[in-house]
Amino acid sequence: MGVPNPPQPHAPPPAPPQLEVRNATLRFGGVTALDDVSFAVESGSIHAIIGPNGAGKTSMLNAVSGVYRPQQGRILLAGEDITRRSPHARTRLGLARTFQNIALFKGMTVLDNLLIGRHTHQRCGIWRGGIYYGPGRREEVAHRLVVEEIIDFLEIQPIRKQIVGTLAYGLQKRVELARALALEPKVLLLDEPMAGMNAEEKEDMARFVIDANEDRGTTVVMIEHDMGVVMDVSRRVVVLNFGRKIGDGTPEEIKRDPRVQHAYLGQEDAATDRRQAAAREE
Amino acid sequence: MAGGRRDLTRDPAAGHCTPVAPAPDLDTFPKLLVAAAARLGARTALREKDLGIWQETSWRQYHDHVRDFSLGLIALGLRRGDKVAIIGDNRPEWVYAELAAQGAGGTSVGIYQDSNLVEVAYVIDHSDAVFVVAEDQEQVDKILDMIEKLPQVKNVIYSDPRGMRHYRHPALISFAAVEERGRALGQSRPRLWTESVAAGRGDDVAIICYTSGTTGFPKGAMLSFRNLLTMAASLNQVDAKLPDDEFVSFLPLAWIGEQMMSLASSLELGFTVNFPEEPATVMEDIREIGPHIMFAPPRIWENVNSMVQVKIMDTTRAKRLLYELCMPVGYRVADLRFARRPVPLAWRAAWLLAHGLLFRALKDRLGLSHIRSCSTGGAPLGPDVFRFFHAIGVPLKQIYGQTEISGISCIHADDDIRFHTVGRPIPGTELAISEQGEILSRSPSVFTGYYKNAAASRETLAGGWLHSGDAGYLTEDGHLVVIDRMQDVMQLAGGASYSPQYVENRLKFSPYVKEAVVIGKDRPYLTAMLCIDMAIVGKWAERHKLGYTTYTDLSAKREVYDLLHREVEKVNETLPAAARIQRFVLLYKELDADDEELTRTRKVRRAFVEERYQEVIAALYAAAPAPVPIDAVIRFQDGKTARIQTTLEVRELLPAESSPPALSPSAAGARR
Repeated sequence: MGVPNPPQPHAPPPAPPQLEVRNATLRFGGVTALDDVSFAVESGSIHAIIGPNGAGKTSMLNAVSGVYRPQQGRILLAGEDITRRSPHARTRLGLARTFQNIALFKGMTVLDNLLIGRHTHQRCGIWRGGIYYGPGRREEVAHRLVVEEIIDFLEIQPIRKQIVGTLAYGLQKRVELARALALEPKVLLLDEPMAGMNAEEKEDMARFVIDANEDRGTTVVMIEHDMGVVMDVSRRVVVLNFGRKIGDGTPEEIKRDPRVQHAYLGQEDAATDRRQAAAREE
Repeated sequence: MAGGRRDLTRDPAAGHCTPVAPAPDLDTFPKLLVAAAARLGARTALREKDLGIWQETSWRQYHDHVRDFSLGLIALGLRRGDKVAIIGDNRPEWVYAELAAQGAGGTSVGIYQDSNLVEVAYVIDHSDAVFVVAEDQEQVDKILDMIEKLPQVKNVIYSDPRGMRHYRHPALISFAAVEERGRALGQSRPRLWTESVAAGRGDDVAIICYTSGTTGFPKGAMLSFRNLLTMAASLNQVDAKLPDDEFVSFLPLAWIGEQMMSLASSLELGFTVNFPEEPATVMEDIREIGPHIMFAPPRIWENVNSMVQVKIMDTTRAKRLLYELCMPVGYRVADLRFARRPVPLAWRAAWLLAHGLLFRALKDRLGLSHIRSCSTGGAPLGPDVFRFFHAIGVPLKQIYGQTEISGISCIHADDDIRFHTVGRPIPGTELAISEQGEILSRSPSVFTGYYKNAAASRETLAGGWLHSGDAGYLTEDGHLVVIDRMQDVMQLAGGASYSPQYVENRLKFSPYVKEAVVIGKDRPYLTAMLCIDMAIVGKWAERHKLGYTTYTDLSAKREVYDLLHREVEKVNETLPAAARIQRFVLLYKELDADDEELTRTRKVRRAFVEERYQEVIAALYAAAPAPVPIDAVIRFQDGKTARIQTTLEVRELLPAESSPPALSPSAAGARR
């Protein structure tokens, strides 16, 4: 990308943020995975959630998407309280996600996986769909068009008819993103979209995330470990550590935040101490 | 295939000559387009696969796009004689832009889409292009990166806005916006388009084709409408195309071969041009279209051939057995036909059986079921690949020509195909061999000269003949045989002249060899630098439980060396003793156009390669073969570089009479 392409802060949106988490607390028995976490994601933003291992990032995403229900606190999508809603109801309201470990139908083609992503939007039942004439067919064609636009968008035409399980890992990740986009979500939750990718694949994926955000107007919330990507791509960053929010700001602010530095470096210190202790024992 | 059985190489449709005498008033591409729109109207002119569906453009719509874009260019300030550079993959917008430039009295300059920044800037600057039509962000980035050095460029026009939302360069404008301006201008001056087209003359420069040139800077060959249209008409007399034919345009439109088919021939004859969805989907798209006409350089045919061989290696035992039973029948019949000997009835029957069992399915898989006219050109194709296609019933022909003669001077007749010749001159073309053995030609299609390079033009056109730079001779019955580039023809120790290209082509028939450079001019013996085919050798390695990481790593494996050693030995057996390869190395990277080792049409730039790998070559000719330490930098298209450090083994082949080299038993059993 040769031309400077700075993230341009959009004009302040009217009233409620696209996604808001208020005082969420999530416990598993004695373990507090999330401890009174609050943050808000403005419409059209790219929001990153970072933190050391076990900080509660994926728990946060699971709470938002409805896999877990926090014991306290509320989750609001465009001002509407969805805390008590089921995952598929949230999907219908415009929430889509990808998973850290790819969750696709490995025995089906890319195209079929994406068409399944359209399922929530399908209105024709088994009869009208089965007859495949009139409204059933019109709807099928319309959905295929949406899917084809996403295939074009993510440049996966050459693998359109291939079985997902036979594809390389990086491509499967891309198909997963495509499947999430097929839902035409307002908010897209990405759980480590770039994990295990090489530099080139990461660059591609970062471009797709930015394009999805800019061209399709999707609000993105993503967990990512690659700090280079996080600092480049996101507009705001939330930092979690042991279930608590310890930072929330622009990438520049986060980089300078002493608590964040401590959360990351503190770990490093501990590791060094352990190594030294091990050395002494020998 | 009941009823429709046709002779291997002869086709009833190809035999008759469509009378093409382009009316004298249809002497430019835009005039032909206007006429075709009136005559063919709603028939399909172009087809592009988009969103998974073949989207059609009628001749009428084709014409309207060209008219609007052309008027748009005039509105932006294009004057007659101006140049418009075009870069991008094969899309309808590419041809719209070319015809629009010509309709406004300008000249189109195609740029290879995989060119790097420097090459793109060189062509735009040298051709004085005032507009650049670039397909997408990738191409726009290349031009905007160099825009300060290109002051004459008024606008950069892009057709795919993807990813350029925040681009604010004042010179940028979208394809649709230019068409919009054109429509506005067309409304205020409704006669402008007609007048502008009518003002074109057959002798106007239609395109400047930058020849990739295996040496030095590219030169811009100026070709007039007359050059291109006489070429298309003459070619059609010996290799007929029909209005109902389908053609898939997938090679760079900056290449003369694609200009010949997708523009000149299509406009003249009215067949449909299909554009694939993405470069990566070409093979699938060809299969969906099932073209009647195909013209591709040897590399494509070689790829198809090795793809078949690899798939056969991978398939079930039963299918492999079938392949091994049927192919010899195909080869036998093809050889009889090459020798122009009658094919005995029994062999014909056997061939029909083999066709039903294998060839028909194979052709369908390759998208060659409907093929009637298919040719290879741009470089020589190895005889083995040639035989393969004829064996399965694909009547592949050789074409010979240069950009400077609008792409073609010789072709095989339908019933007279021989793989060691390139056929006879097409109507209107004269051939001669100079005293030095150089191939000379003369025809109405010979170009007018190189743009801004009078010295080179004079040299190439000395004495009224086009000097090809190729060595060759004519057979007694008038077929042309091309030996090699003049400067590459080698004198062997015995004094006989010999062509490295011939040896290279034999080597490249091995599916494991992607590229071969044979060295030996003014040297005591022949050696070769080989590039392995990563996909195929990689597959072979997998099957033999051989771990590898990168290309460099794979090519340095002892087992891979052993494998290639055997392949080279097989080739050596077919060569005269003096022309045998005595030592070879496997290069640590593929030869690449981005490293300037290949031209953009993927021919080896021999002089450059020999200089770049001089240490390797020195080791090939050292008294005793010793490993060569390598520390090299490779370059990517966007200007980034990477460093490779490795050691290269030099493998020596033992003379044939001594004992064969030790092979690892597992590897030896591997081959088929």
